Amino acid sequence: MVLSRLNGLGDDELVGELNEIARKCRIEIVKMVYRAQAGHPGGSLSEIDLLTALYSTQLRIKPKEPKWHDRDRFILSKGHASPGMYAILAEMGFIQHTDLESYRVLGGICQGHVDMKFTPGVDFSAGSLGMGLSFGIGCALASRFDNSERECYVMLGDGEIQEGSVWEAMMAAKHHELGNLNVILDCNRIQNDDFVESQMRMFSIPDKWISFGWNVKEIDGHDMKEIVEGLRWLKENNEGPSVLIANTIKGKGVSYMENNPKFHGAAPNEEQYEMAMKELGE
Amino acid sequence: MNMTELAASRDGYGNALISMSGDPKLVVLEADLGKSTKSCWFRDKFPERTVSCGIGEQNMMLVAAGLASSGFKPFASTFAIFTERAFEQVRNGICRPNLPVHICGSHGGTHTGTDGSSAQSIEDLAIYRSLPNMVVMHPCDDVSTEILTKKLLEIKSPSYTRTARNKTPRVYDLDDSRIQIGKGVKLRSGSDVAIIACGVMVSKSLEAAKKLSERGIEATVVDMHTIKPLDEELVHQLASECKLIVTVEDHSVIGGLGGAVAEYLSENIPTILRRVGVRDRFGESGQAEEMLELLKISTNDIIDSVLEIKEKV
Repeated sequence: MVLSRLNGLGDDELVGELNEIARKCRIEIVKMVYRAQAGHPGGSLSEIDLLTALYSTQLRIKPKEPKWHDRDRFILSKGHASPGMYAILAEMGFIQHTDLESYRVLGGICQGHVDMKFTPGVDFSAGSLGMGLSFGIGCALASRFDNSERECYVMLGDGEIQEGSVWEAMMAAKHHELGNLNVILDCNRIQNDDFVESQMRMFSIPDKWISFGWNVKEIDGHDMKEIVEGLRWLKENNEGPSVLIANTIKGKGVSYMENNPKFHGAAPNEEQYEMAMKELGE
Repeated sequence: MNMTELAASRDGYGNALISMSGDPKLVVLEADLGKSTKSCWFRDKFPERTVSCGIGEQNMMLVAAGLASSGFKPFASTFAIFTERAFEQVRNGICRPNLPVHICGSHGGTHTGTDGSSAQSIEDLAIYRSLPNMVVMHPCDDVSTEILTKKLLEIKSPSYTRTARNKTPRVYDLDDSRIQIGKGVKLRSGSDVAIIACGVMVSKSLEAAKKLSERGIEATVVDMHTIKPLDEELVHQLASECKLIVTVEDHSVIGGLGGAVAEYLSENIPTILRRVGVRDRFGESGQAEEMLELLKISTNDIIDSVLEIKEKV
C-alpha cells in the first residue's frame, strides 16, 4: 500500500482509516470549490470514497516517481470531478496540500479539469466526457504489449456513458479481451441539467455492460468494506474487462448537496460553506 | 523526376509501415479500412501489432493516444473524411496532451471520385492545421509519402497526413534527400510566377508549368507537402523572387495550403496571390479528372489563374 500506516491493519481498522482519509478529502473538495467559487463538488463527493480506497489499497504507484513506467494507470474520465482527484493526490503525496489552492487559478497545477500536462499523478487529460475508456484501452494494450502486470483503471460517470463513443470502447475492450482493464462506474444518478433519468433513461445499466460481455459487480459506493472488496474483485478478475458499478449519492457528505442537481457544478456561498465544514467535522 | 510511372500515395503509407516494422514500439491501428489505407500490408505481416478498432474512429484515436502515453508509436489510419468524425478526440485527447499519434487520412480530396461528396474531404487540412502541436502533411506521390511517414518517427508531436486513393504520376526518385518534414521542395525553377502545390495537384502544377513555358511564361513549382509547419522561409523567398504566387490544392480554398500561404504573405510580404482550390462548395460523384474540372482545379484552371494574375502586373 502507498500509505505504509495502512499495512497490516485488520479489516475494521482499515475501513476506519479509509473513511477518515475520505472525510479529509471531502473537506478539501469543498474548500477548493468554495475558494474558486466554481467547479464540481457533487461528483467529487460521490466518487471520493471510491478514489480513497483505490489509491490507498490497490494502485501500484510511486507518488515520488509519478511517471514510473510500470505504475498502474488511473484515468478519471469524468475529468470535471477534479477536486476529488486533487484531494486524493495530495493525501497520497503526489502533490502538496498547498497546491490545492491553485485549483482553477492561473499558473496553478490544479486545472479546472484534470490535465496530465499540469498535475503529477494525472495519467490523462480529461474534461470532455466519454474519452477515458478508449484511452484506457490504449494503456491496457500497451501493458499487454510490454508483457507488464500493470493494470488500468478508468472511472466513468453514469451521465457520461450517454456519450456514444463509450459504447465503441466497451465493444473494443471486450473484442480485445482486456482483462487488465477495469472500470469503476460512479452512478450518482445526476448529470449537469438534472437527474439522469430525466435527461436520458438508461434502464438497466448492469444489463447493458453484461450484454457487451463485461464482468459486472454492483456495490454501494459509500460502503468502504464493499468498495475494498469490489476493487479486489476488479483486480483479480482478469478474464476479460470488468466493471464495478458503484451506486453513489451525488454530493455525499454535505446535506444540502446530497441528491441535489444544483451542486453538480456550483460553489457554496459563505453560509453554505460554514455548514459544510461543520458537517464534515472541520 | 520521371513523371512517367503512376502510383498512389496511399501505397507509400503501406510501404512505410512495413519498413518501420523493425521498431518494436510501432503499433498500427485500423478502423475497418485497412485494405483501403494500405495498413493491411502491415497487418498481414504483423497481426500481433495491429489493433482492429472496428468501425469506430472516435475510439481508435484515443486508443492510439493511450498507447502513445505508454511509450508506443501508434499509426492510425482511416479515410480522411472519417478522421474528422473524431475531431474532438484528436483535439482534446491527442493534441492537447501533445501525444505523438500519427494519423493518416486516405482518400482525401475530391480526387477520390465516384463515391461522391460524402467521402470527399475538402476541409481536413484546414481543421487539423488549426490545432496546436499538430504537423499536417499532404505528400504528392508514393515515394514522398513513404519517406515522410518514416520521418514521423523522429518527431515528438502528433501528425495528420492526407494520402490519395488514385494513382498519379510519381514525382520523386527513390531516396530523394530533399524530402524533409517542414521543407518545401522546388521541383522546377522559373522567375515569372511561383506555383505552390500539395498532394495530387503537384503533378498537375508541373504539367501546367510545362504548358505555360510553351507560352513563354516560366514558373517555379514547389511541392509544399507540409502544410504545417509551413516552410515560411521558402514562401518568403518565392514572393521576393517571383512576385506572383499561385497556390494549388484539392481542398477548400479556406484554411488549407492557400489559406496558410495567404496568411503568411499578407502579414509579412504582401504579394499578388491566386488560390486554386475548391471554392466553398461540395463535390459530387464523378471520375477524378471530371471532379477537378467541375471544381475548377484542373491543369487548365492552374494555367488560367497564372495568366489572370500575370495580367494584373
